[in-house]
Amino acid sequence: MLEVKHLTKRYGGYTAVSDLSFSIEKGQIYGFLGPNGAGKSTTMNIITGCLAATEGDVAIDGHDIFEEASEAKKLIGYLPEIPPLYLDMTPRAYLQFVARAKGVEKDAIDGQIENSINVTQIQDVADRQIKNLSKGYKQRVGIAQALIGDPELIILDEPTVGLDPIQIIEIRDLIKSLGKTHTVILSSHILSEVRAICDHILIISKGKMVACDTPENLEKLFAGETVLNLVAEAEEAEVRSALSGIGEIREIKYEKEDDGCAGISIETDGSRDIRRDVFFAFCEIKRPILSMSTTRASLEDVFIELTGNKDEVMENSAAELSEDDNAAKAGEEAKEDESDIQQGT
Amino acid sequence: MKAIFSRELDAHFSSLTGNLFCAFVLLFAGIYTMAINLNGSYGNFEFVLSTMSFIFLITIPILTMRVIAEERRQRTDQLLYSLPLSMGKIVLGKYFALLTVLAVPVGIMALYPLVLSMYGNMNLATSYSAVIGFFLLGAALIAIGMFISSLTENQGLAAGFCFVVLLVNYFLPSLAEYMPKTATGSLVALAAAVLVFGVILFFFTKNVVLSATVTVALEAVLFVCYSAFGASFEGLFPNIMKKLSVFDQFNPFVNGVFDVVSVVYFLTVSAVFVYLTVQSLEKRRWS
Repeated sequence: MLEVKHLTKRYGGYTAVSDLSFSIEKGQIYGFLGPNGAGKSTTMNIITGCLAATEGDVAIDGHDIFEEASEAKKLIGYLPEIPPLYLDMTPRAYLQFVARAKGVEKDAIDGQIENSINVTQIQDVADRQIKNLSKGYKQRVGIAQALIGDPELIILDEPTVGLDPIQIIEIRDLIKSLGKTHTVILSSHILSEVRAICDHILIISKGKMVACDTPENLEKLFAGETVLNLVAEAEEAEVRSALSGIGEIREIKYEKEDDGCAGISIETDGSRDIRRDVFFAFCEIKRPILSMSTTRASLEDVFIELTGNKDEVMENSAAELSEDDNAAKAGEEAKEDESDIQQGT
Repeated sequence: MKAIFSRELDAHFSSLTGNLFCAFVLLFAGIYTMAINLNGSYGNFEFVLSTMSFIFLITIPILTMRVIAEERRQRTDQLLYSLPLSMGKIVLGKYFALLTVLAVPVGIMALYPLVLSMYGNMNLATSYSAVIGFFLLGAALIAIGMFISSLTENQGLAAGFCFVVLLVNYFLPSLAEYMPKTATGSLVALAAAVLVFGVILFFFTKNVVLSATVTVALEAVLFVCYSAFGASFEGLFPNIMKKLSVFDQFNPFVNGVFDVVSVVYFLTVSAVFVYLTVQSLEKRRWS
């Protein structure tokens, strides 16, 4: 469906994306994950032909985005980070314009507009001016615009940024339903979002691809250590001698609690599930286990591992950078809000 | 292209700018028709158009300021870039919409000579040749304004810059009177102009080698020409200045001549600035 080869984008001396290669299969939802400033938007802008790459190729269904721009662009629906809406139009008129500009057949225009209005559930506001709509509805109109022309590939850049929690859930459900009939790529810096929606995750950091897999596989890949948390009534020495027979255990932490119980955390190398062995070992010394649970490396840990700790030296500066980015981002959003208000008046 | 055209046209007439443009042009057309044709009893509509051509200085910047600058500010340019349309078609769609806005007051004004001819002697041939010239003059100036709008995302800045450019353009023939008419004077002035061109080139390309090479090459050509045909440099610079004035090209029409050279001039200026607008938008893809 989409083939990206050795993509590089430099702005003057700054490399935003470096040597990025990946391919995307039909009919799945892909999540583009990375901290702020990782090059997500740049990559998406290049894929959609809004920006030219310094090096590398992008092909959609075999059509190069630059050589055969109009064939390739007809296969893509794109929602940029800021929805490109003409504020003085109504959503219906706006969609009409987009449909005509995308070269949708005359007979099909009305049907497609109705369809995308229904799918994005903007029926109630379809005849109000876009400048009077809430941010959530503006985002929906942006998505409706991406659906016009019935493109096979839908690319959404941070579709849930700046929405309230209910709107976020609604937009996520919408994206999930789109994923049933289209190939969707969305970018986000929010992990839970990507995990909730996507079949595949591409993690990018500092313009480089660091991982590309399903969420489950990524978690498994990095689930090298599993920690077993127990609450049991047993003395430290008893526990240590009872568990000494289990080879997979790396470390045991014991903490006596006030009510006579003990919190025990057992770190294993993750090669085998040792819960049964632990249970029987406690049975033998006739000590009861009151609770037992396992903690695995979460996607958060994977993300931090991949994007932050990769080069230890860079860690601190990266953290500072992303903080700066966050601050800048917040500033930007505040500005946007301001301008929204101005436009509203 | 049709989609862009009709959206732009809607935008012009649903916002203030398009209506203001038409109202302003018609207001001044009315005032000068009354003053010249009715009160002054002249049978020449071209005098009206000649006197009122200065209002393009104010109305064109207002009409063209938002046409591309606003797209950039609202980030709707991203939609345009992602459409399966070439940038040339998008810009032409916008340009034709602007021309249509211009055609509304010019079309209404075209009725005046007819109406006036019912009550007196009007020289209809020269009047209508001037109406055509007036439209083409407007078309050329609109292309310049559209290009300036593509350089910035601040429409106020676009309007201001466009006004200054048109103002200088308007007064170029008068300024030319003050320029040295000697051959050496022309040489120095042209050499300076080439330097300015070099600086502008550097500003747009940010390429030292390219702009320096072009500047040096042009200066060299200039000096070679001067040493070969020194005599023809006499009064050359003021003449070039006059020729560069888009407004000055309207004068033949005022004098009752349908000047094909001027028509070609207006069409060329329009084409060049439409092309430059396309390039200016394409360049943003690469930056």
